[in-house]
Amino acid sequence: MRVLAAMSGGVDSAVAAALAVDAGHEVTGIHLALSPDRQTLRSGARGCCSVEDANDARRVADELGIPFYVWDLADRFREDVVDDFVAEYAAGRTPNPCLRCNEKIKFAAVLDRARALGFDAVVTGHHARLADGELRRSVDAAKDQSYVLGVLTAGQLAGAIFPLGWMTKERVRAIAAERGFAVATKPDSHDICFIPDGDTRGFLSRRLGVQPGPVVDAATGRTVGEHAGTHGFTIGQRRGLGIDTADQRPRYVLSIEPVTRTVTVGTAEQSEVDEVVTGPPTWTGPEPGLPLAALVQLRAHGTPAPCQVTAVESGGLRITLDERQRGVAPGQSAVLYAPDAERGDRVLGQGAVLRAGERQRSVHS
Amino acid sequence: MTYLDHAATTPMLPAALAAMTEQLARVGNASSLHASGREARRVAEQSRERLAEALGARPSEVLFTGGGTEGDNLAVKGMFWARRAADQRRRRIVVSPAEHHAVLDSVEWLEKHDDAEVTWLQVAPTGRVTPAALAEALGDGTDVAVASVMWANNEIGAVSDVAALAATAHAVGVPLHTDAVQAVGQLQVDFAASGVDALTMTGHKLGGPMGAGALLLRRDAECTPLLHGGGQERDVRSGTLDVAAIVGLTVATTTSVAERAERTARIAALRDRLVAGVVEQVPDAELNGPPLDDVVAGGPGRLPGNAHLSFPGAQGDALLMLLDARGIECSTGSACSAGVARPSHVLLATGADPDRARSSLRFSLGHTSTGADVEAVLEVVAPVVERARRAGTGRR
Repeated sequence: MRVLAAMSGGVDSAVAAALAVDAGHEVTGIHLALSPDRQTLRSGARGCCSVEDANDARRVADELGIPFYVWDLADRFREDVVDDFVAEYAAGRTPNPCLRCNEKIKFAAVLDRARALGFDAVVTGHHARLADGELRRSVDAAKDQSYVLGVLTAGQLAGAIFPLGWMTKERVRAIAAERGFAVATKPDSHDICFIPDGDTRGFLSRRLGVQPGPVVDAATGRTVGEHAGTHGFTIGQRRGLGIDTADQRPRYVLSIEPVTRTVTVGTAEQSEVDEVVTGPPTWTGPEPGLPLAALVQLRAHGTPAPCQVTAVESGGLRITLDERQRGVAPGQSAVLYAPDAERGDRVLGQGAVLRAGERQRSVHS
Repeated sequence: MTYLDHAATTPMLPAALAAMTEQLARVGNASSLHASGREARRVAEQSRERLAEALGARPSEVLFTGGGTEGDNLAVKGMFWARRAADQRRRRIVVSPAEHHAVLDSVEWLEKHDDAEVTWLQVAPTGRVTPAALAEALGDGTDVAVASVMWANNEIGAVSDVAALAATAHAVGVPLHTDAVQAVGQLQVDFAASGVDALTMTGHKLGGPMGAGALLLRRDAECTPLLHGGGQERDVRSGTLDVAAIVGLTVATTTSVAERAERTARIAALRDRLVAGVVEQVPDAELNGPPLDDVVAGGPGRLPGNAHLSFPGAQGDALLMLLDARGIECSTGSACSAGVARPSHVLLATGADPDRARSSLRFSLGHTSTGADVEAVLEVVAPVVERARRAGTGRR
């Protein structure tokens, strides 16, 4: 196959490209230039958008003997990922920009362009297994990225290759070292690539300004603190609330109301929910019949939990959790998995969380 | 492989390679006083004389450098510093926005760090700077430190009438530097006859080695050094002479200049066939820069090996990738930091819109180009453009 290897300059995508070459594919490497103001040097270990990262990717491509180009997708990335990220926070939601980038950039803008230019697929260094059109978790649970790929449709997955899902990160680094790649020991990137200093709250404040408002305790209805902007908070957040409550018990963010700029906090019990409603779902394969018993993961690195899934009239999903959960934030993706003990959890699809709360219970007298 | 990127770099001429290799095997610092040093110095000075003769300069006007970027930096910064030191009112630099980044970034550095004021010249739609545009920008010249206009543009091949520009600058007492990196070997370049005060040239664009070039600097031109040290090259460019590179540069230049008329006539004919063939297969392709048969000051108004075309609806980097996959090597313009394709600043300076600039490709022919190279392009250009158009412009 003619495949396009998306090379960030990190060790994962370097090894993925190498394995694609080994598999006999005709591979062309590309680095996505996503930041309009490209930094010359990485700040710390973070980011994948510096000129240095592009050079790291080019170095590997040259060593593999494959053509290498830089594709400038800064405009699309700004519109579809960065502006979306800011708008979601401004609306009181908690977006996942990596998921959005996979949905709109890597497996849309890039894949579409690749197909138009005559490529059959895009290979990336994501840790997930993809075989026979079925997307599954990586064998390395700690590095599994199936959550941020859960938004991809069958059509998108048909043009994707993830060579790393069957190996641990340790093995990936070992392969890179065996091949003499300079990026073998390059630190993992952890943060949001367009916020290289890791200060998400500072980034949002620069974009949205200071918008002070009250922090209200749901138990008493009293204002227990002030904040500089609702974008500094996410549902379920416990630390950094800057509040003073009489009982000194921990409080969690229950709701974010951007219009009145009110952040409501409550106790652990108050922050628990057992029902999640999402927007229209996407499916990685044939649409499963509803209702459906599945596992749901409600944030990156979250724990999958048993649930029942039904349809709601608006076209979204109602996900009823078997056990109550804390910190379910609108804007996150509810990714559904089919339990599959033998071969690992299979990704069914996802819907964006619209709201979470208490299940409607029938009243017994 | 079809190599059509001679404006980026060109294969070494066998004679230059042989002479350079021979010299590399010899010991001797041209500044040393013993026999080995004297022999190295003899070779270097003989090269200086031959290079000077080929370019219409005096040997003492030849300063060997590390190439085009160094020559441009030295001329622009050095002449700015020297002229302003002599008269503090001279803060202004008059420069074309279509220059190579070696000039542009030097000028912008001086503006940012050294209190220079930049006046950007009006560039004609062909990419040329006219004496009238220069005269207007210079004014009475009293506050101008230096002017810089390239002899021939590296992207779209536009040739300016450098002699007329030099006369215009001198009329108001301003020295003119010209970046002649693309001109030497392709056009008739006579330093004395041109009247310019400083001229940058480099070896690897005409069959010589990379990392070797020269700044031709008139004896009366003041230029503050960038590199201080052993006092070589009239104390303007210190550093141990790279004698082997100088030999390679000189043999390439003298050979290229001697064979220029015959070679460029052949290359221009190939280039004309290439452009005509491309336009025949892709009728809406547009030639950028001056017409192919343009004339300036009695010579070619466009570099004989330059074909710069826009393909509306396609992106230059997609075209380049598809051609590369088919063994055809060309360029989207001058290479850019981290390989990110930006719309060409040269095309933008000529007034072209950014979409046209982004959809352009440069084919540059040189001494190894053949009819087979042209045929190779014509064989694939139509399907390649069609496929690139399917990928779109990357914008909504």
